[in-house]
Order: sequence, then C-alpha cells, then structure tokens
Amino acid sequence: MVGPLIPMGVIPETWNNVIALLLGVGFGFALEASGFSSSRKIMGTFFGYDFVVLRVFFTAAITAMTGIFYFDYMGWMDMSMLYINPYYVMSAIIGGIIMGFGFALGGFCPGTSFTGVAIGKIDAMFFSGGLFIGVFIFSELYPLFQGLYNSHNLGGAKIYDLLGMRDTVFAFLLIVAAVAMFYGAAFVEKKVNKVEY
Amino acid sequence: MAKNKRDGTFYINPYLGGVLLGLVLFSTYYITGRGLGASGAVKSSVVSAVHTVAPVHAEANKYYSKFLSDDASPMSNWLVFEVMGVIVGGFLSGTLYGRLKFKVEHSPKITGKTRLIAALTGGILFGVGSQFARGCTSGAALSGMAVLSASGIITMMAIFGSAYLFSWIFKKLWI
Repeated sequence: MVGPLIPMGVIPETWNNVIALLLGVGFGFALEASGFSSSRKIMGTFFGYDFVVLRVFFTAAITAMTGIFYFDYMGWMDMSMLYINPYYVMSAIIGGIIMGFGFALGGFCPGTSFTGVAIGKIDAMFFSGGLFIGVFIFSELYPLFQGLYNSHNLGGAKIYDLLGMRDTVFAFLLIVAAVAMFYGAAFVEKKVNKVEY
Repeated sequence: MAKNKRDGTFYINPYLGGVLLGLVLFSTYYITGRGLGASGAVKSSVVSAVHTVAPVHAEANKYYSKFLSDDASPMSNWLVFEVMGVIVGGFLSGTLYGRLKFKVEHSPKITGKTRLIAALTGGILFGVGSQFARGCTSGAALSGMAVLSASGIITMMAIFGSAYLFSWIFKKLWI
C-alpha cells in the first residue's frame, strides 16, 4: 500500500475524520504520559531542571522524519505528496517570537494545554481560553497584519535546499545534533538544583 | 525507590514518549498526507463562532473568509476531530496514572491568581503568534521538522529561542 493512503485513494476520504480522532488519542496520550500536562515540568527545559520537552520533542521529530525518509526510499510512500506548510519568512519568525513570549508566560503550547484541560488543570483551561481570544484578536486586526502576513513567501521550501545540502545529509546532521543535545541535557540536569513541582 | 504508577507522579521515559509521539506523527503523514496540529482547531472554532454570530462581518473580513466555504462548515475541519482525540487521549493517560484533579499548578512564589492571569495572557499571545506562523508548536514546528520544511525548523527555533529568553525574564513565575 503506497502512502499517503488517503490522498492516494487507498483509504476512502470519508474515514478521514475518524482517523483524525484516533490519531489525536495517540497524540494526547503520548503528550500527557510524558508529562506535558504540567506547565512546571514543561518549563524545566528553559531553566535546566527537567529537559523532558527537549527529549520528547526531538526524539519525536527524528523518529517521524526517519520513518518518512525510509518509507520514501523504499517506495512505500511518496514524500512529495505530503503537505508542507508554506514558508513566509517574516511572518514565521515574528509568529514564533510571539509564541515564545506566550510560552514563557503561560507554560504551555496549544497541544499541551489541551492535555492539561483533560486532566483538570485550571491554569491550562485559562491558557486554552486565551488561545481563542488571541485568534479572535488576530482575525479582527488582520487588515493591519495582512502585509506582513503575506510577505516573503518561499512556498513549501525545504531547509536543506536553503542551505544547499542534500536532504539525507541534513537529516543525518539533525540526528547527530539531537543526540548531542540529549547528552548535553543530562549533563546540565546534574549541575542544576532540583526544583520540586 | 519503587514508584506507585497511579499516584500521579509517574511519567513514561521521555525517549519512549518521544518515539510514541514520533510514531503517531509518522502514521499521520503516512495515512493522511498531513501532520498533526492544535491551534488550527482553535482557529476553526473561532471562525465558526464568529460566522454564526455575525455572518456578514465574518464574510467581509479577509481572514475569516479564507476559511469559509459554501460546501463545508469550518468546524468539520480535520484538526477539530484530532483535538477532540487529544483531549480523550490526555484523559485516558491521566486516568491510567492517577492525575485527574482540579487544580491550579503554580510556583510557590506566586499566587494562584497570578498564575491564572499569566496563563491567560500566555494563551492570548500564543493564539496571536500561531496565526502569524500558520501553526503552533505542533502544526508548524514539530510536523514541519518531520518533513524538514524551512518553515518548521525556523518557527521551532524562533519559539524555543524566544521562550528561553522570556522565561528568564519571567523567572519568578516558575522557580
């Protein structure tokens, strides 16, 4: 079965929302079981007392990436059919900086706050409520942001193309960098005082 | 020290958690051809709510109208179903490990009220930022990294770099 299965017509489109629900259950379970329903555990990455976010995030990214490259190489999936978020340079960077600011104040990102809501964290409910307000504010003020939002569109650009590298070389370097960060994280954790939470 | 797996203190090994999450993300790409997300579901809900309350206003607004089409409600968005699953999955894990409890988690140095104001403000900022970046930590950063998209890697670096800086400025909120 050559993937992606739904775009290829192997699985009918009508199943898409059921599959979304099931994949979401796996997503939510993995996040909560790893500790992402706790803002103080998440924030440990920035203060050095608990690097769970760094470990889970980069392990997940390289696992999925390796799977995609392997399936593409074996001819089991056509990587060129996967959806790539377009790269609007300024908007992506400014959006990322605003999100980082929100991260430092709120201690969650949207996905993790939903798992916090699921187990009864009231602070996660306030964060999630804030998301709706934030999206509403952006939408209402969109005419002000429109120029920035649509500027410098590089389309579905790949990072290795921008760096002039082969895709597999970049993938390999990313894995090496991730493993180096895992060692670095263990080293820093030993030096930093434990924080009870 | 043997830990009771149901007293709320047990978390799975982070590398195991990462592999699990990676396999879910990989399966999502393999089955549906797209990645995971979270903020997109909020966007669909806001578009839908505004369109219900003020249809003329929503159709006149250039942002809402991007996501309104005649044949499908914006709520019937893939991510809305996925996020319902996230809440179910989080609840299952919380049940399994004994973490279901209503509480405001905060540093002993701040009050619960301060924590809630900071959480709400953080949520608002995250909501705004995720629209600029066309996705959040899940949809833009993590899913983008798995396919090595430039937007994914750059957004990831911007989020974590800025969060690192700001978290030290607001250190008192946390430690």
